[in-house]
Amino acid sequence: MEKNKGKDSSEESRKGNPGKMGRREVIKTLATVPLLGALAYGAIRTRKNKYLGRDISDVFSLSSSDALYLQPKANGKQIRLGLIGFGIRGKQLMRAIGFAEPSYIDSLTEAKKKNPDDTRYDLFREQDDLNVVINGVCDIFDVYSEAAMLTGSNIYREGSGGKFGPPPRRYGTYQELIAADDIDAVIIAAPDHWHGTIAMAAARAGKHVYCEKPMTWTVPETYMVRAAVKEAGIVFQLGHQGRQTASYQKAAEIIKNDLLGQVSLIEVCTNRNTPNGAWVYPIIEGSGPGTIDWKQFEGDPARIKEYEDYMRSCGLERFMGPQERSRFSLERFFRWRCWWDYSTGLSGDLLTHEYDAVNQIMHVGIPHSAASSGGIYYFRDGRTVPDLLQTTFEWPDRGLSMLYSATLASSRDRGKVFMGHDASMEVSDILMITADRNSDRYAGKISKGIIPTDQPFFTYVPGQSKVDAVTSATELYFAQRGLLYTYVNGKRYDTTHLHLREWLECIRQGETPSCNIDMAFQEAITAHMGTRAYLEGRTMYWDKEKEEIVRGEKA
Amino acid sequence: MENRLSKIQLSWLVFLRIFIGWHFLYEGIVKVLNPSWTAKAYLLDSHGWFGNIFIRMAGSEGVNSFVSFLNEWALVIIGLGLLLGCLARLSSIGGIILLALYTLSHPALLGIEYQMPFEGSYFLIDKNLIELVALGVTFVFPTSREIGLDRYFVRVLPESFKKFII
Repeated sequence: MEKNKGKDSSEESRKGNPGKMGRREVIKTLATVPLLGALAYGAIRTRKNKYLGRDISDVFSLSSSDALYLQPKANGKQIRLGLIGFGIRGKQLMRAIGFAEPSYIDSLTEAKKKNPDDTRYDLFREQDDLNVVINGVCDIFDVYSEAAMLTGSNIYREGSGGKFGPPPRRYGTYQELIAADDIDAVIIAAPDHWHGTIAMAAARAGKHVYCEKPMTWTVPETYMVRAAVKEAGIVFQLGHQGRQTASYQKAAEIIKNDLLGQVSLIEVCTNRNTPNGAWVYPIIEGSGPGTIDWKQFEGDPARIKEYEDYMRSCGLERFMGPQERSRFSLERFFRWRCWWDYSTGLSGDLLTHEYDAVNQIMHVGIPHSAASSGGIYYFRDGRTVPDLLQTTFEWPDRGLSMLYSATLASSRDRGKVFMGHDASMEVSDILMITADRNSDRYAGKISKGIIPTDQPFFTYVPGQSKVDAVTSATELYFAQRGLLYTYVNGKRYDTTHLHLREWLECIRQGETPSCNIDMAFQEAITAHMGTRAYLEGRTMYWDKEKEEIVRGEKA
Repeated sequence: MENRLSKIQLSWLVFLRIFIGWHFLYEGIVKVLNPSWTAKAYLLDSHGWFGNIFIRMAGSEGVNSFVSFLNEWALVIIGLGLLLGCLARLSSIGGIILLALYTLSHPALLGIEYQMPFEGSYFLIDKNLIELVALGVTFVFPTSREIGLDRYFVRVLPESFKKFII
């Protein structure tokens, strides 16, 4: 005000207009200024209640660090890859390392033309170059083999009619591909009944292995793969890309810091509601006895014997076949996940993702017991694997149980929920923690009204580092609806890309990947326990000392 | 203006200006005081013809922080201008621009659902637009020359400032 007055007089003298401001004038000029005081009072109170009062760092200590990833080193050596299996997953894995079919690029550019905000094309073009070359491909279906060659040569990430590099060599069998001198590492995306066999052969030949989940189809081969990988000292990564999800890393820190109290129950699920989700995949044009090597598809004789011996010895013949293994069938070739003859069912295909996430977050290891139930309730299309399954795993020494459920006839998602004495945590791409109304740890903050119990009090969204305060209603609202994207250092990444990148960097830097052979062994045994419990209708136990699955009494 | 407006007319117009100013200023201060406030979520929730432009702004960290900063302080400055009657015409214009941007990013169109719901039901006209029109009124009735700091500025600043600034 003083300043204004000074300015006033100087301006007036400059303009030669000395008209003085009377008292009335001053009042009219400054009439609304006192309102600022009232507004400031409101602002200060708001700050105190809403922001400063929300501090919970004394009972909720968490680092503000974002997810950590093994960073690529400059001038790392180029890794020469071989790909085995170019079906749905094989194509996805190739894209994740920067090699896409030209027709796929066409579909992305087309989509971008129709909708300029469809950024998938740009994201793919901008995806980091992992410094790899595809030197060999192998698929027992000619159409896939040729597509894989074309894809491997698409080094400039172009659409149809673009510029291509030299095509990788096509191998008729995985054995020949593995024996090639110009291949350092293999990616295995063959059907489940081939995973273990190919992984073992590759390890014995000194090739590094990225293997799709689950690690094995039979129980006996699970031990053999572990032994082969350990003996060879190769870098092994199992294809659970969830390992790269930033919120899982944060969830592991939350468990480590004991912020949920003792977790007694975990609920996980995988629900789907489409034929594609139920593995009823399309029959591809150009397929037939002349273009598919059925003999190879059947499987490795040693594995088939392990499978048949187990099924027969337990009186489970009704789950085998029903078609002769040697008889050619397009349905069985493209939809192999529907039959135990090749598949590991819901347990191997989908439960494993959930289990591996829980194992990553809580380091639970192989459960003490597994009990399953379910059946074929919706897709009564001749399949032998169930389309509805629930499996309960127990870890009595940790006072912990994990409940898995899946239906292929409803896409209602129950999420991954960790229920603890003090709080429960729901984990997806983001993470939310809700305090328990009977919590001890948060009792003080709950009674003061700082921590609510009817909605999450903490949310973690990757890329946002605020960890010391209660999440506001607005932040929660947006976080719950997934509006805030997942970024790594400001860039959007695909977890499969990160998972493959980690494997490649471990090869270059001599490190161990996150889903290494020990994790893979735990994953496979756990899935087998769930499967056997379902097939045999009794609880399966794990003998830790002998490392054996032990049968319980029949229910 | 004093010749044309009765006391009661002037009073209500001043109330209108002060209330809008108060609303802007408090919105601005609350955002400035909240260290983690960002326009990102609001931008990402944009719809309508121009929705994509706003969504793209949220995609870049740099642009997003700039937009957030600009929005916070524009609210504060416009709010102060209207409340104190200080360069009130200019403040009205600023407010209209800001509200127009909100409307472009969140138009009240049929069939569009926003993540952050409005607390009422709207078709084309929402509270932002009503406030925008009200700022048009405060612009054409520059009450700050009567009640407000502009009463002083109008005496000392050149006549040309009257057109759009005070």
